[in-house]
Amino acid sequence: MDAPQTGEFAHIGKSVVIKGELSGSEDLYVDGSVEGKIELRNHSLTVGPNGNVKADVTAKAVVIQGKLDGAVVASERVELRKSAVVTGDVTTQRIAIEEGAFLKGKVEIQKEAGKATGSATS
Amino acid sequence: MKFFRSSSNTAGSAVPQKLTRRSSGMGEISRLLNSQETLCVLDMGATSANNIRFFTGKGHKNYSEDLLRSSLDPALRVQDGAGNTVVDSKKFLDENLVYATAQFDVVLCWNLPDYMEESLVKPTIDRLWSVMKPGGFLLAFFHTRDAGPDSTCYRYHVTGTDMLEMQEIKFAPPGRPAADKQSPRLQRVFNNRHIENLFRDFASIKFFLARDAIREVLVVR
Repeated sequence: MDAPQTGEFAHIGKSVVIKGELSGSEDLYVDGSVEGKIELRNHSLTVGPNGNVKADVTAKAVVIQGKLDGAVVASERVELRKSAVVTGDVTTQRIAIEEGAFLKGKVEIQKEAGKATGSATS
Repeated sequence: MKFFRSSSNTAGSAVPQKLTRRSSGMGEISRLLNSQETLCVLDMGATSANNIRFFTGKGHKNYSEDLLRSSLDPALRVQDGAGNTVVDSKKFLDENLVYATAQFDVVLCWNLPDYMEESLVKPTIDRLWSVMKPGGFLLAFFHTRDAGPDSTCYRYHVTGTDMLEMQEIKFAPPGRPAADKQSPRLQRVFNNRHIENLFRDFASIKFFLARDAIREVLVVR
């Protein structure tokens, strides 16, 4: 998922700096700087290539192209694109990591209800 | 004394060569991973989806920390009293391998000790001793004296119980642009006595010799 083109989403541009707690009920694309906490329980977060997030993140899906420093809890999936630099623990059901992505932290796969194993893909 | 085979295969002339090797040390670790649940594994190589899939697929927790890359951080370079540039090992350990005591059941060092700055090797092994559980396994690869300084530096992807895929690593040296990527140079060759001294605080050490100028070392905390 790159920069969303259509649909309901909030966009934080690369010149925007936010400090504090972000929560919402729509998808969020962050290409700027966010420091604090991000909660999108049933929606997805995309950190764009210029994004710099220093926050614990809770979302349904998290796609990272830029830099993220904090714990990530995604109820469905996490994708680390090749330019991703992630420092923090990741807890999710599925994780995909592209060649070149950097991760410093723990990966814990939560089992889907009714399924036996989680997975990591590249 | 045990031996393991190394082999290579190519899928086609345009496809980069993928090297594989059979690893006796990884085989022993796999037996542990298959016999117990929810172990803590620390992978000190470059981030590998293969490895994360392999360990989390068996129900274990995977920690990734690419120490070779971290050790090349220009911010770690400081001037000593004589004006020489040295690596600040205290700062390095303040920023890396920061875990609870006795947390890990398995640590995969791969070839890190051979390519890391000399001043960081012993402090790193000492820190690993403290974050490993008693009885935990550590796997490291060391070049033999036959390896030249330009021997290729690899990252290792676990592709099976005792099979590893080897992929060449290239970094830009500290302070150089990303376009200047090159394979890290072998810093030194440890002999058996050096290796035993390096792990002298550990409970036991086992060597596996290979034909490709690599010896695997499996250490028990």
